[in-house]
Amino acid sequence: MNKLTNRDELIALRKECAGALALETKRVLVCAGTGCVSSGSMRIFERLKTLMEERNIPVSVELAHEPHGQSVGLKECGCHGFCEMGPLVRIEPQGWLYTKTTLEDCEEIVTRTILCGERIERLSFQKDGTAYPKQDEIPFYQKQTRLVLEHCGQIDATSIREYLGFGGYAAFETALFDRTPDDVIDEITKSNLRGRGGGGFPAGRKWAQVRRQTEPVKYVVCNGDEGDPGAFMDRSVMEGDPHRMLEGMMIAGIATGAQEGYIYVRAEYPLAVKRLRRAIAQAEELGLLGDNILGTAFCFTLHIARGAGAFVCGEGSALTASIEGKRGMPRVKPPRTVEHGLFDKPTVLNNVETFANVPLIIARGADWYKSIGPENSPGTKAFALTGNIVNTGLIEVPMGTTLREVIFDIGGGVRGGKQFKAVQIGGPSGGCLTTEDLDLPLDFDSLKKAGAMIGSGGLVVMDEDTCMVEVARFFMHFTQNESCGKCVPCREGTKRMLAILERIVEGKGEEGDIELLLELADTITATALCGLGKSAASPVVSTIKSFRAEYEAHIREKRCPAGECQKLKRIWIDPALCKGCSKCAKACPVNAITGQIKQPFSIDLSQCIRCESCIATCAFHAILEG
Amino acid sequence: MEQREFMTVDGIPVEINGEKNLLELIRKAGIKLPTFCYHSELSVYGACRMCMVETERGGLEAACSTPPKAGMAIQTNTERLRRYRKNILELLLANHCRDCTTCSNNGKCKLQDLAMRFNIEGVRFPNTAPQPQKDDSSLCIAKDASKCILCGDCVRMCNEVQSVGAIDFAHRGSKMEISTAFGMPIAQSPCVGCGQCAAVCPTGAIVVRDNANRVWRALDDRGVKVTAQIAPAVRVALGREMGLREGENSMGKIVAALHRMGFDEVYDTSTGADLTVLEESEELLSHLESGASLPLFTSCCPAWVQFCEKSHPELLAHVSTCRSPMQMFAAVIKEQEKTSSRRQFHVAIMPCTAKKFEAAREEFRVDGAPNVDAVITTQELIRMIKESGVVFEDLEPEALDMPFGMTSGAGVIFGVTGGVTEAVLRRLASDKTRGGLYTAALTGVRGMKGVKEARVPYLDREVRIAIVSGLSNAEALIQKILSGEEAYDFVEVMACPGGCVSGAGQPYSASTGKAERGEGLYAVDRVSSIKRSEENSLVQSLYGDVLKGRVHELLHVNYTKDGGHDA
Repeated sequence: MNKLTNRDELIALRKECAGALALETKRVLVCAGTGCVSSGSMRIFERLKTLMEERNIPVSVELAHEPHGQSVGLKECGCHGFCEMGPLVRIEPQGWLYTKTTLEDCEEIVTRTILCGERIERLSFQKDGTAYPKQDEIPFYQKQTRLVLEHCGQIDATSIREYLGFGGYAAFETALFDRTPDDVIDEITKSNLRGRGGGGFPAGRKWAQVRRQTEPVKYVVCNGDEGDPGAFMDRSVMEGDPHRMLEGMMIAGIATGAQEGYIYVRAEYPLAVKRLRRAIAQAEELGLLGDNILGTAFCFTLHIARGAGAFVCGEGSALTASIEGKRGMPRVKPPRTVEHGLFDKPTVLNNVETFANVPLIIARGADWYKSIGPENSPGTKAFALTGNIVNTGLIEVPMGTTLREVIFDIGGGVRGGKQFKAVQIGGPSGGCLTTEDLDLPLDFDSLKKAGAMIGSGGLVVMDEDTCMVEVARFFMHFTQNESCGKCVPCREGTKRMLAILERIVEGKGEEGDIELLLELADTITATALCGLGKSAASPVVSTIKSFRAEYEAHIREKRCPAGECQKLKRIWIDPALCKGCSKCAKACPVNAITGQIKQPFSIDLSQCIRCESCIATCAFHAILEG
Repeated sequence: MEQREFMTVDGIPVEINGEKNLLELIRKAGIKLPTFCYHSELSVYGACRMCMVETERGGLEAACSTPPKAGMAIQTNTERLRRYRKNILELLLANHCRDCTTCSNNGKCKLQDLAMRFNIEGVRFPNTAPQPQKDDSSLCIAKDASKCILCGDCVRMCNEVQSVGAIDFAHRGSKMEISTAFGMPIAQSPCVGCGQCAAVCPTGAIVVRDNANRVWRALDDRGVKVTAQIAPAVRVALGREMGLREGENSMGKIVAALHRMGFDEVYDTSTGADLTVLEESEELLSHLESGASLPLFTSCCPAWVQFCEKSHPELLAHVSTCRSPMQMFAAVIKEQEKTSSRRQFHVAIMPCTAKKFEAAREEFRVDGAPNVDAVITTQELIRMIKESGVVFEDLEPEALDMPFGMTSGAGVIFGVTGGVTEAVLRRLASDKTRGGLYTAALTGVRGMKGVKEARVPYLDREVRIAIVSGLSNAEALIQKILSGEEAYDFVEVMACPGGCVSGAGQPYSASTGKAERGEGLYAVDRVSSIKRSEENSLVQSLYGDVLKGRVHELLHVNYTKDGGHDA
C-alpha cells in the first residue's frame, strides 16, 4: 500500500474501503476474542473458510483491494461480549447471533445460513422457551449502549481497511485539519470525559495541563495494564478494535503536542499485543503514523511496551518507570506525570477505554456525548461481568445505569437461582456493594459516596454461598502479593491484615481481630504512598461494614454462615443413624474416621480435610454437614 | 523589597526560605519529625511514611515530598499522626530482629530510637523476624538482611551519590530485599567498599566490619610492639560522641587514650601524607613535562582506586603510582622497625571502611605479612576507648611519639576534599612566603562542593586541576574527560562526598557536621608551625635514610586490573 500523503487520499481510501465493504453482502463474523478463541473459535473460522472454498463460494477473509463482485465476508472480529455463550458467530445482514457454536455446526452454517439464508434454530440464544435470533433482541444486549465497543464483534479486528470502511480515522482527520489543538482540548473538556482507569480525573484538564508545559518533548502513554482480577474491558478493546484506541492516542498527540506514544500492555495479553502490533504496522504503512502525517507537520510514532504483569505497574508513575526499564514502583508526587512523566517529560497518561472514547467525542461532538449518562459522569462505561452471574461477559452501558439493571436485566441475575449477596466492584481497590445498593446508579460520584469505586470496571457477582470473609481474604491475598514493597504501610500492613484474615477463615480468629483489621486499614488508607496502596484495604473495610455479623460468626462461633470456609466446615456422624459398617473409615483418605464395627463411628475434625468422600459412601445418610 | 513568605507549623509561623520540602521547613522550626528514608543528599523516596503531617482540612501529606506553600498550615503532632506512626513502627518491629542488646548498631539505631520515642510498649503481631542472613564476604562492610527495613537509603546512596550500583531492590512486596545482582556476595559485586551505605543505614542491616578484637589481642600480647597511625580526619570526628564540639580537634586526647590502652607508639598519618605530597608532586611534574598520561588521578582513596579497577580499568595508567599516605607510612614504619626484637603490629585508625580492604591487598604485603596489620575506623576507636574505661573528656592531651611524630599542616588537610591538591600546590608554588599559602587556598580548592576546579600557573603554563568527591561526581567528570569535553592535568578524587571527614568509618553526621569537621582540619593547619610537606624535617631525613634507593619499592605501587584481590 502506498503511503497517504494528503487528506484527499485518506478520504478516497475510506470511500474505496466502504465500497469494498458494501460488496460483502453477506458477512460471517467469528468472535476472535480471547474467551471464544480459547473455546475453539479460530478452528470454526478455519472450517468455515474451507467449507466455503470447497463450495466455490466467493469468500473474502480480508477486505478486497479490487473487489470483483459480491462476496461473503468471513472475519475475525473482536469480542461480542456475550462470553458465556461463546463461541459466537454473527451473521449479517440478518444480524443473527449464533451461540455456543461448534465445529460440527459449520457445515450447516454454510449450507443453510450462508447459501439459503435460513436460520439454524438451535444456535440462536434461547431463554425461558423464547428464541432470540437477532443479537439486538437478546436481553443481554437490549439495555446496553455499545459505543466504545460498537465495532467489537462487528468488524474485522485485524484490518485497518475495514476500520476505514466504517469511517475510521475520520475524527483524527478532523482534529488534524479542521481543529486547532486548543479546539480539540476544549471539546474533550466540554464533553467532561473522565478517566476510565478508576480515578475519573477529567481527561480534558489533564491534556490541557500537558499542553501548557513548555518542554518540547512530550509523550502520550496508554495504560493497558489491566490487572484487576475479573476485568477484561481494556483487553477486549485492544483485541477487538485496536485502531480506535490508536486514533484516540493520535488525537491526544495533536492536542498536547506530543510526538511519541507508548502503549503499556501486559504480556499476559498476547493477542492484544499481536493485534496492536499489526494495527501500528498498518497505520505506519499507510502513513497515518510516522513523520509529516498526511502532508502536515504532525509527526507521531507509537511503541508497545510489554509489562511483566505486576499489578502495581497500572499505577501511573510505576508504569512510566517500567517503560523506562526501571523497577516498577510508584514514586512520590509532586512532580506529577503531566509535568515529569515518562523519561521525565510531560506525559498524558490515560487508559485504553478513555482513549477509545476520544474519536467518538471528536466525531460526534461534546454535546452529543454529554447527552449520554449523568451530567457529571457522561458517556458509557464498559464492565466485565464475572462471578456467580448467569451471563458472564463484557457489557457497555450508559453511566448511571443502576446495578440492578446491570446484574439482573443484562447479566440475567444470579446463577443457579441463588440469592444475590454482593458484588465486588472496582477490583481489589474497590468495595463490596450489597442488596441495599442495587438501585445505586453506576457513576464515579455515586459509587465513591457508597465507599466503592468504578475502578476499571470489573464486576464480580457473589451469591448467598459466598463467604464475605473469604472474599476479603482473597482480595487481600491479591493485594499483598502485588504490593511493590516500597512503602511500609502497604508492604507490612497488608501482610498483617492477610495473616489475620487467614486466621479468621481457619477458625482461629480472636476477639479484637475486627478492630485490629480496621485500625490497620485506616493506617494503610491514610498513609500509603500510592493510590493502589491507599485503596488496598477497601475490600476488607467494605465487607466488615456490610457483613460484620459474618466476621463475628467466624471469630466467636467458629462458624462460616455461607458454608464456604473449608476449615470451618463441620462433618459429623449421627450416632443414631450410623450402623458401624466402617465403609466411611475405609473411604477416608486421611484416616480421620475411627470406630468399632457395629458401633457408631466418629470423625476427628483436626484430621479431616473436608473432602466429603465419607458422605458419598455412607448408605445410611448418617454423615452430616453443619 | 521582596515579599517574605510564611506558613504555619503547629500554630507557629515559619518563614519559607527556599526549603525544598515541608520536612526541611519543619526541622528548621525545631521539630524533630521522624523519618527513616529521608536524607537531604539523596533523592526523595517517600517510603517510610513516618513524616506524614496533617493539613488544615484534615488531609495527610508526606512532609518529605510536599513543597512548602505560603499560607499553608500544618500540624505535625496530632492524635491521628501519632497513632499512624506507632502503627508503622509496630509493623516494622514485628518483622525485625529484636536482639538489640547484641546488635552492633545498638544505641545508634533509628528504629530503636523511634520505638523509644514513640513509646512502643508491645507488638500486636506475631514476630516474623527472619533468621539472620549475613553477607560478610566484604572486608569493609557486613550485611544482615534480617535487620533491613527496606528504606532504600543504601540503594540510593550506592546508585545516586556513588554511581557504583552494587545493590538494588529485588523481588516484590513482603518478599522485597536489598540485593546485589543475582545475590552474589558483596565482595564479588561492583562494591568498592566506600561504606556510605552503612553510613546511611538506619538499622544494623549494613554495618562496618569490626576489627577491634584483633587490636585488643595484639595489645594484650606482651611480645608484640603495637604502633598506630591516626588519619587526619579522625581527630575532628570524635566530637559529639565523646562530649566535644563537632569538628573539634581531639588529637592530643586520642594519643593519650591510645597510650593508656597500651599502644607503644602513636603516629600521625599526616606524616605519610607529607611523603605522598613530595612523591605525587614529582610524578605530576614528570607527567607535565612528558605530556604523557594526563590527567594524573590521585591514588590516596582506596575506594576510588577500586572503582577505577572495577569500572574504568582503562584509566589505571592515569592513576598515580603513589601509595596512599597510610601505606607509605606503614611501609616506612615497618621497614624501620624491622630489626626490633619485638614482633610488630601496626594499627591504622582511619575514617574509612575501604582502608580495611586496602590494607589486605597483595601489593602491600612483605613476605606475606601486611604492612598494616589492622585497620579500625573512628567508630571502632570510640568503642575501644569506651570499652577500656578511659574517661575521654578528662584526659590531658599528649604528644605523638618519636621517631615519626613530626607532621605538617599540609598533611593534615588531606582529610578534606581539596586538601591533597592544596598540599601539592604549596609544594609546587615558587612563592614560599605566607602569601603563597593564601594564594594556594584561594585557587578554589577549598569548600565542600562535590566538583571544584582550579587553574594554577606553573612556570610557563597553566595547570588545570579538578577536585571531585563522591563517586558519581567522579564518574560524570570521567565521562567528560573521555568524551574530550574537558581536559585536566591533575584530578583529585575522594570517594566520599566532602572527602575523608565524611568517611563511612566516622560517626554519622549530617552534611553541616561534615563541613565543621573540614573547618576543624583547616584550623589545625593554621596553628601548625610547619605548613609545607617539604619543610617536614623528619620526612627529609627519611629520604636520606630508610628510603635511600628504595623510594619506588616502599612508596609506590602499580595497580593492575587483577591486582586487587578480595577475600
